[in-house]
Amino acid sequence: MNTSYEPAIHFQQVTFSSNDKMIIKSITGSFPKGKITTLVGPSGAGKTTLLKLCNGLSSPTDGQILIDNQAISTYEPTALRRYVSMALQAAPMIEGTVFDNLALPRSLQGEKLTEQEAIQYLQDVGLDQSFLQRPTNKLSGGQRQKVSIARTLINQSSILLLDEITSALDRQSVQEIETLIATIHKKFNVTIIWITHNLQQALTIGHYTWVMMDGELIETGESSLLNAPKNPRVAEFVQGVNV
Amino acid sequence: MTYTSLSLTLIFVLIPLLLSKTLKLGLEKDTLIATIRSIVQLLAVGYILKFVFDAQSYIYIFLMVTLMVIVATLNARKKGKGITGITWKIALTLIVVEFVTQGVLLGFNIVPATAQYIIPISGMMIGNSMVLSVLFLNRFTSEIASHQNEIELILSLGGTPKQAIHRQLMHAIKASMIPTIESQKTIGLVQLPGMMSGQIIGGADPIQAVQFQLLIIFALLTAATLSSIMIGFLSYPALFNERMQLLEVK
Repeated sequence: MNTSYEPAIHFQQVTFSSNDKMIIKSITGSFPKGKITTLVGPSGAGKTTLLKLCNGLSSPTDGQILIDNQAISTYEPTALRRYVSMALQAAPMIEGTVFDNLALPRSLQGEKLTEQEAIQYLQDVGLDQSFLQRPTNKLSGGQRQKVSIARTLINQSSILLLDEITSALDRQSVQEIETLIATIHKKFNVTIIWITHNLQQALTIGHYTWVMMDGELIETGESSLLNAPKNPRVAEFVQGVNV
Repeated sequence: MTYTSLSLTLIFVLIPLLLSKTLKLGLEKDTLIATIRSIVQLLAVGYILKFVFDAQSYIYIFLMVTLMVIVATLNARKKGKGITGITWKIALTLIVVEFVTQGVLLGFNIVPATAQYIIPISGMMIGNSMVLSVLFLNRFTSEIASHQNEIELILSLGGTPKQAIHRQLMHAIKASMIPTIESQKTIGLVQLPGMMSGQIIGGADPIQAVQFQLLIIFALLTAATLSSIMIGFLSYPALFNERMQLLEVK
């Protein structure tokens, strides 16, 4: 990967095992600061596990992870997770309204979110204020994912981790979310790491890409590598997915 | 009751044995084991109680209550195998329940401080707490398994383990206490509680039997609440490590 960029997150020979199974196998690599890096690869490659390592929901069995050049283990866990936010694939919601969910990150710190602020965050993700008091079980898949993204923005994190946030959505919602992520990236100047199955998405939205297979980092570089992969396994994978 | 009339009650064992054989239910062996175990266990307890009551020594009372706590703990801990330190957490809960209930009953002279009162009441409190602990652990582990996403969501937004597990903890505490409260709402309407029936059959005044039964059900309310809440708050931290990560619940 182009080393002229300062890394937001750096992996140094990171290994992660669970129940005697090695899920991440000695990965070394960086996610450039202020850029969108997509994480692609077949199911079971260890992509979600890798994201969970980035915000401390899991810890490496071996190796070192640096966040802004500082060892991840030196961060206090709750502070780390506010600095490196994660939008989960299923966009889970707590019982209640959209407002209850938007207010959640603040309430966890004993602070309040005003209605005006909530409306602003909703607008940032392309939802109007009529959604504020809507129960979350009345939202469509796309709306739910947008609320989840808005909720992730509230901690004003420097790094956003997105776990297949468009995988269960219809074509129109996918496009809306893609535009939304590009806008958020510009507006908040955040580093984004985005797991996607959609290689077209990786090419158009991502600046860089990591291709993972079977717990290993097989190839990294600018997203255009997906057009002409050097590694034969990556070439086979890309062909199978049909860019 | 004479031993002759007691042996006649074995007719009640013969009926299920015959029915099981006729209908090929295959329950004969279990029925026989259950019958023999109840005879041996209850007779042994009867003789032990007679000895303890005659001796009227606090050492024997203490030993009896300790034995109850140990057996109840060993029984309840099977449900919480995935939780580190579950054995001492259940034992501590049962001990606190015993101290609080007996503390009030004896401290205010509600019942005399003799083995005849302390041992049966302790048995009911500890037994009930044991059932409550099992109910709680069952519900708590299934709540966590089905709401793992929600727990990880709160952790990923910068919440503490206590904040992350709060809803599941409260649901499990509430759910495990509901049967105790519900059963008290209909008490006496359908069936008379076992202890009260026993006293009445034994020749006690029904009003006095009711008074004792009320004492027991009120104390059971405290026992139930204390056990669910204590076992809940003692067990949830074991589900997370020092990096505030949710551990796998077995």
